[in-house]
Amino acid sequence: MNETRRVFLKGSLAAGAVGVAVGAGLLSPRAVLASWPQSAFDAKSVDAALSAAVGSDKTEASSDITVKAPDIAENGAVVPITISSTIAGASSIALLAEQNASPLTSTFELGEGTEAFVSTRIKMGKTSNVLAVVKAGGKLYSAKKEVKVTIGGCGG
Amino acid sequence: MANSIKVRAKESGGVVTVKALISHPMETGLRKDKKTGSLIPAHFIQEVDVDANGKRQLTAYWSGGVSKNPYLSFKYAGKKGDKLTVSWTDNTGEKDSTEASVK
Repeated sequence: MNETRRVFLKGSLAAGAVGVAVGAGLLSPRAVLASWPQSAFDAKSVDAALSAAVGSDKTEASSDITVKAPDIAENGAVVPITISSTIAGASSIALLAEQNASPLTSTFELGEGTEAFVSTRIKMGKTSNVLAVVKAGGKLYSAKKEVKVTIGGCGG
Repeated sequence: MANSIKVRAKESGGVVTVKALISHPMETGLRKDKKTGSLIPAHFIQEVDVDANGKRQLTAYWSGGVSKNPYLSFKYAGKKGDKLTVSWTDNTGEKDSTEASVK
């Protein structure tokens, strides 16, 4: 588990003062929120969010990732999303809503023996693609699905 | 905040499916209070950790982009009787954790 966390930190090192502090040993990794990727969540574009969260915005579209989401979400405040992937050695999953003010909604670091499967509920400001990025063996794979939102769920 | 987490975990064919519900407002900090017109301060869970028998299975980093009273489900290779620990920390430093065993 620590290794994936280290890799993750490396990815966010470039951008975050938090990362720098951890890198410099000022904070122990167990002062946990140190590893919360602030810059990735603050990013206002998909590319910037991906660069900060997983180290690159270059992803390869993959049919081995399944993004399960409703075609039409009546309430953008609660959009159920399930991501699963059959790519071997997946270490993390990032979930983005492309048109949200801050596209990155969540990232998941998978431990050893944890399957590349997560299900959660996110907010979506308006109709857009839901983008899932799976990191496996240092490479990034992505899949997306459009969700039509009739009532936005970000801000009011 | 006590008892903010509900966890169910069930084993089937060597794979444990964990489902967790956390009660939390998950405010983005962008929403306005309808009566006063002032912004509601951000208040959301930043990190959720799930351990099975002391071994980290999943770390989720969240933003205000995750829905209120968040739901989380994932699967890992495990067995009946595994001790699960689910804990979260939010941006105001509040935290909670709970334990459950795999059925």
